[in-house]
Amino acid sequence: MWDYDTLRLIWWALVALLLLGYAIMDGFDLGVGALLPFVAKTDMDRRILINAIGPTWEGNQVWLVLGLGAIFAAWPAIYATAFSGMYVALLVMLFALFLRPVGFDYRSKLASPVWRSVWDYALFLGGAVPAFVMGVAFGNLLLGVPFHFDETFRSFYTGGLVDLLNPFSLLVGLVSLSMLVMHGGTFLLIKTEGHLQYRALKATRFFALMTIVLFMLAGYFLVYDVEGYRVISEIDHLAPSTPFALTVEREVGAWMNNFDVYPWMWLAPFLGVAGALLVSFLGDKKPTLSWVASGLSVAGIASTAGLAMFPFVLPSSTHPSQSLLMWNATSSQQTLWLMLIATAIFIPMIVAYTSWVFKVLKGKITEEHIEKTTFTSY
Amino acid sequence: MEALVDISRLQFAFTALIHFLFVPLTLGLSLILVVMESLYVKTGKQIYKDMTKFWGKLFAINFAMGVVTGLTMEFQFGSNWAYYSHYVGDIFGVALAIEGLMAFFLESTFIGLFFFAWDKLSKKQHLMVTVLVALGSNLSALWILIANGWMQHPVGTFFNPETMRMELESFSELLFNPMAQVKFLHTLSAGYITGAVFVMGISAWYLLKGRDMEFAKRSFLIGAAVGSVVSLTVVMLGDESGYHVAEYQPEKMAAIEAIWETEPAPAPFTAIGVIDEEAGETRYGIHIPMALGLIATRSLDGEVPGIKELVEANEKRIHSGLLAYQYLPAMRDKTATDAQRQVFNAHVNDLGYALLLKKYNENPIDATQAQINMAAEDTIPRVAPMFWAFRVMVAIGGFLVLLMFYALVASYRGSAWNNKWLLKVSLWAIPLPFIGVEVGWFVAEFGRQPWTVYGILPTHLSTSSLDVGMVQNSLIAFVVMYSLLFVVELYLMFKYARLGPSALHTGHYHFENGGV
Ligand code: HDD
Ligand code: HEM
Ligand code: HEM
Repeated sequence: MWDYDTLRLIWWALVALLLLGYAIMDGFDLGVGALLPFVAKTDMDRRILINAIGPTWEGNQVWLVLGLGAIFAAWPAIYATAFSGMYVALLVMLFALFLRPVGFDYRSKLASPVWRSVWDYALFLGGAVPAFVMGVAFGNLLLGVPFHFDETFRSFYTGGLVDLLNPFSLLVGLVSLSMLVMHGGTFLLIKTEGHLQYRALKATRFFALMTIVLFMLAGYFLVYDVEGYRVISEIDHLAPSTPFALTVEREVGAWMNNFDVYPWMWLAPFLGVAGALLVSFLGDKKPTLSWVASGLSVAGIASTAGLAMFPFVLPSSTHPSQSLLMWNATSSQQTLWLMLIATAIFIPMIVAYTSWVFKVLKGKITEEHIEKTTFTSY
Repeated sequence: MEALVDISRLQFAFTALIHFLFVPLTLGLSLILVVMESLYVKTGKQIYKDMTKFWGKLFAINFAMGVVTGLTMEFQFGSNWAYYSHYVGDIFGVALAIEGLMAFFLESTFIGLFFFAWDKLSKKQHLMVTVLVALGSNLSALWILIANGWMQHPVGTFFNPETMRMELESFSELLFNPMAQVKFLHTLSAGYITGAVFVMGISAWYLLKGRDMEFAKRSFLIGAAVGSVVSLTVVMLGDESGYHVAEYQPEKMAAIEAIWETEPAPAPFTAIGVIDEEAGETRYGIHIPMALGLIATRSLDGEVPGIKELVEANEKRIHSGLLAYQYLPAMRDKTATDAQRQVFNAHVNDLGYALLLKKYNENPIDATQAQINMAAEDTIPRVAPMFWAFRVMVAIGGFLVLLMFYALVASYRGSAWNNKWLLKVSLWAIPLPFIGVEVGWFVAEFGRQPWTVYGILPTHLSTSSLDVGMVQNSLIAFVVMYSLLFVVELYLMFKYARLGPSALHTGHYHFENGGV
């Protein structure tokens, strides 16, 4: 078994990886959902969009399910505190996610236009709302969340509902929404042709630009406005997981420390911007590369937040000394080790069979295709 | 506090029971789809392909709701059971995460190919995809029931006072927990039988209507064949579950069987009776001599402890738990002396019993004897609901065995197709397995009260520190949203079941050939 501190560091990276997996693999499904009513106007157009992601979105969403399960297993205190603290935000996201499995599956099972258009809006909400709320949640992590523990390690959240909806977090929500819409747009460049591809291209370019602007704006606030957190006491990387022993200081711009200490981290925001630029440059000329570029942009933007916060995962705004770090909020060494083995075995398998499935399903979704399979397609 | 616990339990029970309306059918139909498609690959007959596709359509309608309701479960431990999640995440989280890695990915990735790749894959490749979908759903059941089995009978773990939570000691014990094993097999068979009855019932309706006969006969036969085997395993493993409950959860057993007092071995079995919880007795009971002793202990001399004895024993465990509880702060802060550490370690297995007192006294050390007595009484789940829920499940089990074998023999002989009575019963039996699984979970989970993790973590400590109003609102939202979606789901299910194989638009079936 590896050392506890090594395992803790690996698990920080692994959780990040799984969440990035979700952002990249399901992010474009959410983005396509959000674009649905705007890019596709007729029933045929909408069916093309829906079937572009129809056969694969379900597997992609499991990155979320797995991400949550991994947080539960590797960081139980964080799973508990964050999910109960951000209760309402989480339920909003959950209820929006409800609309997707049924939306995809039920929409084309009846021919009525009213029925279909209701589900189209459901799919729009199911895409846009989670994309936005995830960003808002991230924004709140950067600001810190008002919680503390009692001596039995029970967590108490003391904020109100509206606290979660502050301007900075809303801005981060928009960054998230806009980058995932861009990512959805690039996927449509691969999967569609003709007027749909043209409209997708316009949307992609617009949202690539928005992503850059909003991301820079959020960065500006992060440097000049948001109070970051910094641990100034010695952190024992091998200590049992308890949330009490820290001395934490808050200071505007403290989230930039890591970038000063480790300049290689600038790669993340650089990718975030460069990827989006590349998207608008490549456009539909090289659709697959565009998709890769927007994926890199999404990864860069999300990693920027994660790296800025390291080693914090869930800072407490009211009791900073009880903040949860990737050092003091993990499960036991035994569990981290076991989970590492399971992940090392199964993730490569998952990547392999997912790639195979995408290969089987490759090719554009055309009108002829939908007409031919009208009773079996979504 | 009490209100929060009650509303949280209600929300959990509601969302879990709804999830489990869809899960058994997923499990059952995925197996039956494998059977049908294997027949197609083996015989090359188009009708088996049509069967796979048609029942696959109903499978899809159901599956979507399984995912919708499953997502809630994944969020809910953190959002509503935060202290529970902190306390046992080290163990429970592992099973849940491995379920994602091993099962959900498999099932959800290949399900797209199942529906959309008939033309893109060879026959054998497509069959392999169907097998992988079924494998995924079965593995999903395996891991979640390992998780649940651990909550029923926690093995392979220990309490760590420094982190104030349970931690994993032995993964293999967790994996090979006897309670999890029987639970898995019993629940899986219950799912299979749900699928079998579903296919039989709908096919029986086509037979009664006299349409798509060839299609319906073959489907009915497959349902009956699968159903006969699994109806036996449901009952056998149900019996096995009972045996394990008697061994590991005597309080649950006592409630299920309304055993108020320990009887001389071998104890009689009360088939039915009128439960009087106030007086602690069963009136007008119909007793079968020796049967309970035989079922619960599989011997003639094993005793089955009654409620009064169990309460007394648990009162002792509370006192014992308090001995550990008093040194908990010292153990947590590593200031305990050697003597204190020894006492703590000697009694730590009863620590959970001391925690039961928190319901009555913030500080269990100060609890009065009256409070201790109340907490000891709490360790027995309420008897009447357990007694009756269990009997409903068993009655359904017995009935399904009879139905299945009768149907199998009759359809083999060819007499089933004109047997209106059999066909009608098959149709009307469709809800029975669903009722069976729901009351089965009720017995398992309600019977685990007052614990979330048996003997370790009381339910009333497991919740998040949420505002009652907030949970009330979320519960209302769940009820509204799920009801709407459920109505839509039922509408589509009925519509497509009525359409039958004509829904495939192959040109071979009833409505395409002018049928009305
Ligand atoms: C079609 C559904 C169905 C049918 C016909 C039966 N069961 Fe069952 N039973 C379940 C569906 C189920 C279930 C949903 O699968 C449960 C709930 C939790 C679990 O593990 O399985 C369950 C739980 C359960 C438990 C509680 C286990 C626990 O507390 O952990 C016992 C003792 C039995 N069953 C016994 C039986 C017996 C003796 C049956 C018939 C003679 C029977 N069941 C038929
Ligand atoms: C209470 C704990 C449970 C949690 C957290 C949970 C979670 C989930 C989740 C997240 C999904 C959707 C997966 C996807 O996206 O593909 C799901 C579906 C599923 N769950 Fe559950 N579940 C629970 C209980 C159960 C139980 C007890 C069983 C089986 C005995 C079960 C069997 C399944 C199956 C087979 C599916 C596949 C979809 C379907 O059922 O239609 N689950 N569950
Ligand atoms: C999906 C199938 C399941 C069903 C239908 C089900 C049913 C129920 C019911 C009826 C209750 C309420 C009991 C009561 O308090 O009156 C309950 C409570 C609970 N169950 Fe289950 N259960 C299921 C699976 C699970 C699984 C797989 C787990 C965990 C592994 C689980 C964990 C819990 C918890 C934490 C509670 C709340 C605390 C409690 O009241 O005990 N359940 N469940």
